[in-house]
Amino acid sequence: MATKVVMEALSPTMEEGRLVEWKKNEGDAVAVGDVLAEVETDKAVMELVARAAGTLIKQSVAAGSTVPVAATVAWIGSAGEAVPGGGTAAGGPAAGVDAAAAQPAAPPAPAAATPPTPQQPAPAAVELPAVPPSAPAGRIKASPLARRIAAETGIDLGGVSGSGPEGRIIKRDLDQLATVGPGEPRPPERAPRQRAEGGAAYADVTLTPMRKTIAKRLVQSIGPIPTFYLTAEADMERASDAREALVARDESGKFSFNDFIILAAATALHQHPWVNAWWMEDKVRQWHEVHIGVAVAVDEGLITPVIRNADQKSLREIAAEVRELAGRARERKLKPEEYTGATFSISNLGMFGIDEFTAVINPPEAAILAIGRIEPKPVVVDGEVRVRRRMRITMSCDHRVVDGATGAAFLKTLVEMLEYPLALVW
Amino acid sequence: MAVLTYRDALNAALREEMQRDDNVFLMGEEVAEYDGAYKVSRGLLKEFGARRVVDTPIAELGFTGIGVGAAMVGLRPVIEMMTMNFALLAIDQIVNTAAKVRYMSGGQIGCPLVIRGPGGAALQLGAQHSQAFESWYANIPGLKVVMPATPADAKGLLKSAIRDDNPVIFIEGEMLYNQKGEVPDGEHLIPLGRADIKRPGNDVTIICHSKTVAPAMNAAKSLADEGVDAEVVDLRTIRPLDQDAILASVAKTHRVVVAEEGWGFAGVGAQVVDLIQREAFDDLDSPVIRVHQADVPMPYNKHLEKAAKADAAKIVAAVHQACYRG
Repeated sequence: MATKVVMEALSPTMEEGRLVEWKKNEGDAVAVGDVLAEVETDKAVMELVARAAGTLIKQSVAAGSTVPVAATVAWIGSAGEAVPGGGTAAGGPAAGVDAAAAQPAAPPAPAAATPPTPQQPAPAAVELPAVPPSAPAGRIKASPLARRIAAETGIDLGGVSGSGPEGRIIKRDLDQLATVGPGEPRPPERAPRQRAEGGAAYADVTLTPMRKTIAKRLVQSIGPIPTFYLTAEADMERASDAREALVARDESGKFSFNDFIILAAATALHQHPWVNAWWMEDKVRQWHEVHIGVAVAVDEGLITPVIRNADQKSLREIAAEVRELAGRARERKLKPEEYTGATFSISNLGMFGIDEFTAVINPPEAAILAIGRIEPKPVVVDGEVRVRRRMRITMSCDHRVVDGATGAAFLKTLVEMLEYPLALVW
Repeated sequence: MAVLTYRDALNAALREEMQRDDNVFLMGEEVAEYDGAYKVSRGLLKEFGARRVVDTPIAELGFTGIGVGAAMVGLRPVIEMMTMNFALLAIDQIVNTAAKVRYMSGGQIGCPLVIRGPGGAALQLGAQHSQAFESWYANIPGLKVVMPATPADAKGLLKSAIRDDNPVIFIEGEMLYNQKGEVPDGEHLIPLGRADIKRPGNDVTIICHSKTVAPAMNAAKSLADEGVDAEVVDLRTIRPLDQDAILASVAKTHRVVVAEEGWGFAGVGAQVVDLIQREAFDDLDSPVIRVHQADVPMPYNKHLEKAAKADAAKIVAAVHQACYRG
């Protein structure tokens, strides 16, 4: 008589679990207490242990699948015993594919190739968009047809999650990938500002159990948008020199520091999709397009005209557009489409002499930058105290989308771009 | 095109071939005076006389032996078995003589013989009279095995079987005799060894023959309602097997269900699966699933018999399995 193995509630709040990896294969002998699989709960990766002894006769869900608590994930019985009811005990392909597993199956969008927690170095070096680095252990289960298609199209089956029984990779799993075209090489390295091929404006990322729990718990703690703040200080010497030189050369080259910050932020966002994102309640929308909302003070309050595709524009274009939009904003003549749809916002109170402050997130955006004034300060450079023009930046982050490290990585990129303006044209 | 029953299509084939070739004669239990146990030979005694429509005693080994001998000396006998279950008594003549004589005579002696009659189960005929033996005969080199599912195929294939210079086991079905269908008028010949796509489709191939063709068509109809486009391939001839037709369909759909009336073990479906895994391995997107009779003697009890038989619901379930649905 075969015994079911179910997804156990491995944390008090766990409602579903992602089966990360099988530790026992079908046919393996199993003793009570043996670790059968690793399961990612809402809190951690835990071990699912055997409650019965015998042979693992069936794995009903594939590694990488997310299943609700109490769902059957495997059967233990005597060797050669059939699973009661036959077929796939879980019934069809495993439900719910987590974000990481879904990524390689997505169309060739750059976001899909970027790990959820980006740690890339600044400007130029962009990782090859490729399959997740984790190579699956053991033999890859794929139908003969899927193997043939993979061989003909150059798809690496190691990065494909299978939707057939026991995670078998079948034709339909490759159909989307194959639309890239047989024999076509993988997308080459691309410059930071290059857009997704195929022109997708964004990628929706399924929430992992951990991210759902982060969202739920933090909202309980701090309010509808669980905000935290990150502050960094940028050295604005080079930027100030460059601006002075440009303005001195030609009055028409006039731009504000804020225009420059918009450009730097837009460029940095391109490398940090988790910051250029919307919280959509059931998912996170990572935008491939960068639309920057710029807070403009008006008589009765403020409004945020949007610089669309700011990452695609020159400093001169941004400056002109900000001036034009801000002017009409003060006259209350903006059209709705001109002040909605931002993917990220910037608020600057430097001109009012504010050193630093925190800005309130404009939902569903995941973050907003608060820019303080640029002022000369004594700082240690190369072991000596020097006077440098410095600027403090504080980013408010929606913790449901942006974690501390994620936000910090973005700020690091941004500060580097502000401090080395040439990076923006590199 | 006339609409005929399967029974009358066979009758027309016999009549036309007997008119065409004086060497063709029909022999078996009740074929003459009684017009055949299932009336397949209705009117033939009257038209062709007792020399060519011959009633026999209940002695299958004997009259099959007469048929084999007559074929060896140049006649074209059609031996009717009241059911193929009774042909077990004649199996020594079929396997040891009819199938071997051309080989053992170094090609000097042929055996242009047709042994025909209903095979498989009907309704509540019990364990001994409900057996599908096509896989037995198909196992023997030297025999051809033909199993039409429709009136048109019955006529076209029986005419070709009678004209074939080798022994042909031609298996009909009690449950098929009353089936009606359009039959081409006049000379209608279907070559042996040629399968027929009874329904084109793209998502899954259902390979079937004889009494599993109708359930396969019904299964395809209900599958279409859920968006699965099934191709139904009727083998028509078990041996020689139409490998090209099978492989072409597998190359198109990548998923296969093989249905047959008889038992699964060493059955016709096993042979088809062998072909597919060997020749179409890289076309497969899922394991081939088989549908067949339960591995028991056919129960007499009505409900148990139904449970034991291959039917449309089982084919649908197999397609779901092959397509990873449900």
